[in-house]
Amino acid sequence: MLMNRYDQPSVVTRIRRIGLAGNPNVGKTTLFNLLTGLRQKVGNYPGVTVERKVGRMTLPTGDEVEVIDLPGTYSLNPRSLDEAIAYEVLAGHVPGEPPPDAIIAVVDASNLERNLYLASQLMDLGIPVIIALNMMDTAEQSGLRMDPERLSRLLGVPVIPMVASRGEGVDELRNVLTRPLAPPPPRQWHLMPEVEEAVQKLAKELKQLIPDKPESWYFSEALRALTSDQLLTYWKDREPAFYQAVLQAREPLQAKQIPYEQAEVMGRYAWLGSIVSEATTRQNHTTRSLTDRIDAILTHRVWGLLIFLGILLVIFQAVFAWAVPFMDMIEQGTEYLANWVRASMAPGLLRDLITDGAIAGVGAVAVFLPQILLLFFFLGLLEDTGYMARAAFIMDRIMSRVGLSGKSVVPLLSGYACAIPGIMATRTIDNHYDRLVTILVIPLMSCSARLPVYTLFISTFIPNKHVLGILNLQGLTLFGLYFLGTAMAFVAAYVLKKFVVKGSTSIFVMELPPYRLPQWKTVVWRMIERSQLFVTRAGKIIFSMSIVIWFLATFPRTELPPSFASQRAQIEQQYEEAVATKQLTSEQAQQMREEQLSQLADEEAGYRIRHSYIGRLGHLMEPVMRPLGFDWKISAGIVTAFAAREVIISTLATLYSVDDADETSITLKQRLLEDRYPDGTPVFTLLTAMSLLVFFVLACQCMSTLAITYRETNSWKWPLFMWVYMTLLAYLFALVVYQGGKWLGWG
Amino acid sequence: MRRRLHELKPGERGRVVGWTQPYPPARLLEMGVLPGSIVEVIRFAPLGDPIDIKIKGYHLSVRKSEVDIIEIEPLS
Repeated sequence: MLMNRYDQPSVVTRIRRIGLAGNPNVGKTTLFNLLTGLRQKVGNYPGVTVERKVGRMTLPTGDEVEVIDLPGTYSLNPRSLDEAIAYEVLAGHVPGEPPPDAIIAVVDASNLERNLYLASQLMDLGIPVIIALNMMDTAEQSGLRMDPERLSRLLGVPVIPMVASRGEGVDELRNVLTRPLAPPPPRQWHLMPEVEEAVQKLAKELKQLIPDKPESWYFSEALRALTSDQLLTYWKDREPAFYQAVLQAREPLQAKQIPYEQAEVMGRYAWLGSIVSEATTRQNHTTRSLTDRIDAILTHRVWGLLIFLGILLVIFQAVFAWAVPFMDMIEQGTEYLANWVRASMAPGLLRDLITDGAIAGVGAVAVFLPQILLLFFFLGLLEDTGYMARAAFIMDRIMSRVGLSGKSVVPLLSGYACAIPGIMATRTIDNHYDRLVTILVIPLMSCSARLPVYTLFISTFIPNKHVLGILNLQGLTLFGLYFLGTAMAFVAAYVLKKFVVKGSTSIFVMELPPYRLPQWKTVVWRMIERSQLFVTRAGKIIFSMSIVIWFLATFPRTELPPSFASQRAQIEQQYEEAVATKQLTSEQAQQMREEQLSQLADEEAGYRIRHSYIGRLGHLMEPVMRPLGFDWKISAGIVTAFAAREVIISTLATLYSVDDADETSITLKQRLLEDRYPDGTPVFTLLTAMSLLVFFVLACQCMSTLAITYRETNSWKWPLFMWVYMTLLAYLFALVVYQGGKWLGWG
Repeated sequence: MRRRLHELKPGERGRVVGWTQPYPPARLLEMGVLPGSIVEVIRFAPLGDPIDIKIKGYHLSVRKSEVDIIEIEPLS
């Protein structure tokens, strides 16, 4: 029997799953954290980049409820990926995920009309809705008097006044959830007559095809399908008859130039306008709000720009200065642990695998954490206070030139510290295409891992001279490298937006939320959540790649030629002779022996890596890399630098049999300068160094970047694309530098 | 006299009366920029674009080139 749910609304007596929906910046995350405590799980919706947050809360009755935190949206009519997902979850379009039993619509009381727009859309879905009227304090401060009871009567749904940041109203909200909840009353707003008629007709047709849904669901689905191409596509294969009916219904509307896509907005706001004026009274609206006064300075023509640059400078200084000691500690810690294992285990492959593979792999993951934690602490502050939107507002003009928006600026500049947190920070970009392009160009910004490479080659090959009186040539080169990376990031963004990641015609509208004191809990929790995500998702990939690179540098195991053994014997013999003949004191002899043995060990390591897969890869790549001026050793270094850019230094050190070198090692510099090809020409010239530097500016030599890109784009397609385009770019530019330089006679 | 939204100076207010094209972007409408709404231009960004406008009691930033279709009846 078909029951008309309209007459007998299906009351939900026990809630098991609840959706949390609302506009961005309304305190939705704060409420979610309050309701669920830290019992949350973060993942992705299948196949897309949109984050899926689910938590559990306990009701006063002791019942457990699953809380789904939907992406913050302004509308259910999908114009962005977030909105599409929010709608799909609520309408029950996501496979294996039934729609929630009830929805909490978080509404900003100080911005009632626009917030109720989404709430009224939620009310039309036929699922019980509870309005969490948040930020009552802000509303009162701005001179708005609310009448929640009246609002509740007018809308026909429970309204709970709240101040989530202080925990006020949360208990009331929990209590409401224990009571039986009826779906919202029938729709009280109207479309323009022609559109109304078309939607009603479509709703009827849909009801014949799918009979067992709440009455209002049909209207909602029919309206969405009529007004949104994206949602219409959903029906194409599922209910072709309905799909065709929608297309037919559009024709007369289009012919008469009826703005049917806009009809919903007009209808809803006409209704909401009257409700808002009945349920609120404005007491005084003459005083300028605090936000207006702060904005007068922070977005000021001169001060605004200066303050923006100042804030960036402080953040990067802090990230660099504060993260470095922790990163050093992590590196020393892993080194210590590796040495401890080395000392307590018998020599052999297993020991090497643990020390050079596993422990090094854990270190490679952990070393990013200080920067991620710090950067996300600051980004969380910027977001929570409302400044992030101002940064986007200030920089939008520049970014719009390359087809992006101001929202890309902060993630992009974070790339100067490290691409990993930079890429993770793109989550604040709501436009999917803009976000993807930003992710793809961030690795072109010169990160801190490139600095040791820059330092080694600049200090070795660029003369420490002054030009034009005050400019230092080495400093100028360093600046040039940073400039090249940044300029390429902008060019790449322009090209990618224009030719590769097409399809975005959405316009730029961004809310400038009122300034607020930061919610420390929220900031710290988000910072921890980001780090956890990095470790669990990208960490696994980085760890396994570290093992692979260890394998490549260790295998095949080559027998050392007998000459090493005879040298070792010779050293021992010399030592014994020296002791026996008393030419040297026993300490001196011991010292000499150890020095010689350690040098021999370096040479053995050098021999081994030269004959490992890495060495062979280097030889294999040499013909391809030769036009850039690179020999097989540099090529092998480029292979290992895939683990992390600065690794090229330790690889070159091993290949040149220099012990434990960093970028300031004088021995390594000398070896580089002295190295000759068999024909006597130097391996490293100024031109080779320049070519290598340019290669390092542009190449995506970082498995962690690719791992996080995989994690953030949810597919291997984009990290692969990133690696290919950046490698090609690097090759091309290095080729032009080397060959061009030679042609000009600088070789 | 009608003007376009981007032609207002900071501090000037007006009522939205229509568009220069039959189908305005629905996103702007959803954010509350629709006929009858009162809009005030608060300021321009330091580099001249976008604009900070106040509508329905909140601040919205929009690009000049994307709101030049909005017709405004200035209010004193």
